[in-house]
Amino acid sequence: MITLNHYLILSGLLFAIGLVGVVRRKNLLMLFFATEIMLNAANLAFAATSSYYHDLTGQMFAFFIIAVAASEVAVGLGLLILLYKKYGSINLDDFTIMKG
Amino acid sequence: MENYVYIALFAPLAGSLFAALFSQRPKALVTGVVTSTLLFISFVASVILLNHVHHEGAVHVTLMDWISAGDMSIPFGFNIDQVTAVMMTVVTLVSTVVHVYSNGYMDHDKSFNRFFSYLSAFVFSMMVLVMSDNFLGLFIGWEGVGVCSWLLIGFWYHKADVTRDVNPSISPSWAANEAFIMNRIADLGMLVGIFLIYWNIGSLQYADVFAAVPSMNHGMLVTIGIFLFIGAMGKSAQFPLHTWLADAMEGPTPVSALIHAATMVTAGVYLVIRANPLYSAIPEVSYFIAVLGTFVAIFAASMALVNRDLKRIIAYSTLSQLGYMFAAAGLGAYWVALFHLAAHAFFKALLFLGAGNVMHAMDDELDIFKMGGLKKAMRWTYLYMGLASLALAGIWPLAGFFSKDTILEAAFNEHTYGIWLVLWFTAGLTAFYSFRQVFLTFAGDERYKPLGFHPHEVQKYVLWALSPLAILAVIFGWFKEPFMEFVTQFLPAYEMSEHTEHNVVILTVVTTAIALGGIIFAWMRYYKGLKRDEKVEQSLPYRILLNQYYIPILYERVFSKPYAALSKVFWEDVDQQVVDATVDGIASVIQESGDSSRKIQTGNLSDYLKLMSGGALVLVALVLFAAMQN
Repeated sequence: MITLNHYLILSGLLFAIGLVGVVRRKNLLMLFFATEIMLNAANLAFAATSSYYHDLTGQMFAFFIIAVAASEVAVGLGLLILLYKKYGSINLDDFTIMKG
Repeated sequence: MENYVYIALFAPLAGSLFAALFSQRPKALVTGVVTSTLLFISFVASVILLNHVHHEGAVHVTLMDWISAGDMSIPFGFNIDQVTAVMMTVVTLVSTVVHVYSNGYMDHDKSFNRFFSYLSAFVFSMMVLVMSDNFLGLFIGWEGVGVCSWLLIGFWYHKADVTRDVNPSISPSWAANEAFIMNRIADLGMLVGIFLIYWNIGSLQYADVFAAVPSMNHGMLVTIGIFLFIGAMGKSAQFPLHTWLADAMEGPTPVSALIHAATMVTAGVYLVIRANPLYSAIPEVSYFIAVLGTFVAIFAASMALVNRDLKRIIAYSTLSQLGYMFAAAGLGAYWVALFHLAAHAFFKALLFLGAGNVMHAMDDELDIFKMGGLKKAMRWTYLYMGLASLALAGIWPLAGFFSKDTILEAAFNEHTYGIWLVLWFTAGLTAFYSFRQVFLTFAGDERYKPLGFHPHEVQKYVLWALSPLAILAVIFGWFKEPFMEFVTQFLPAYEMSEHTEHNVVILTVVTTAIALGGIIFAWMRYYKGLKRDEKVEQSLPYRILLNQYYIPILYERVFSKPYAALSKVFWEDVDQQVVDATVDGIASVIQESGDSSRKIQTGNLSDYLKLMSGGALVLVALVLFAAMQN
């Protein structure tokens, strides 16, 4: 029997994987993937809790997050392409012009 | 009548503000003309008020509620009674003359406009001082005249400091600061007096305060009387706060005439006259005032005997006459003090303005040993200064005769023969030094000629402007009876005993005799010319007098220098070592922590994300920890 706890543990694991990706990865594209994983971890938790409480509010939230994530990726990828065209790199270590 | 009160009060303020508009501009004659005209308007309003008060009694107006907090309520009110009306008329009359005179005197000064702005501001403050119906308003005016006095003594602030041998006053800005600080010391006393009044009576209105005096504790009355008198001592330059007045002569001469002879320095006398119900209730303090006044009279007169500086001689004589006024007020003859105050204002302002004419003619030379024989070039000034000196010496029928004689009669009447004797002797000294100065300046050999001076008389309109003062210096004394009747409607009457009445002729003769003696002695010694006697000039008493009893040097050694040394200790050891060190320490801690934490701003997004994640984790840990605690 798969209980709510299983879903939440899975969601936590996914979030941790995403977080590690955000922290460790240097490639901006990978950073995007990692954030997507984190967002989807949140979606999973929302959907699971929603079904557990028989309340649709959580699933509505999940839809919102999917919509926001989609538009964010659309804009983000556009910027990423521009960045690559301008500097020829999407490695974070190459962009330290704001060093104090 | 209310409108006349406001006109008299605010016309000088309007003039001052108008002149202030031009303060940064080159000389504009319009400022002098406008301020003089407004002063004249104020004078006319004052005379109308004087007449009104004479026939109808006092006028009281309240301009606005000023301070009201809790039980305290101090309106900004004005009360025009007999004393105030007299003061207003004297102040505005002398001010008007001085304003017109200054148009000529300050003709070539590049700060012409600024001068008139200050001068009118002074008159406004003085009007607030004399017109206020409560002690706080008086104090505002008191401080206002102090500030204007400071501004005007230091009017030529650009002059550099010199040593005491060259100029005893060191420099205008030094003299201005000295006057201001001396007055600050005295004002503290006055402020304490005002606090005590409020503390004990709960009101600062003159009417309430003086009504409460009879029911008050005697010790408290004495304390209040002493503290208020300390304020009066500063403003009227009584010993030991007297040194600033002679140094104040660094200011332009019209200022000396208006502020340091005729009006501001008499504010202390005015305060004692105003507070007469208080001082009548504490005879021991009054007696002290009389004794101190008498001492200052002879003390200042002795310094005037040997001085060579035209303006300083007149300054010492002012000091001496202020002593006479305090002596009269202290003996309970308040109306006599007021009478001498008014008479003195007229002839002393005239004397000063005459001295200004001489200075003008002699290119600001003040040493009377370098003058002599000026009567040919300056006939009118000679006449004016001669008249003023006769009035000062107390020769019948001029103003000083009546006022000074009455003071001496009062001293005789009170059986204070010591005071009488000293004041009588001082009258002789007064006559001597006044005419020593007049003769050395105007008579005898023309010592200025080898020095290359080309004296000339001042402008005609200036001489005309002085004529009201000259006329009053002559005739004012004739109005002694009406003056007495007028002011004793408000002030306590002072009756001479039969014994005094009996001796009045002898007293008058004796007083006139010593005054004439002084004049004749001065005539014998100085009329023909200056014969310097090295032996006398080197003698110890002469040098003591010339150096003002070494009091300024004493003050410098005892107060100024130790205070400066103490300030240096506080500056170097306390301020720099403790206060500055603390502030600098805090600043450097912040700067260093900023410097070291700057390293985390690498510009690399990855590092920031790490820090952010770490922070988020810490927060989560904290929340978990808090949740587990519950």
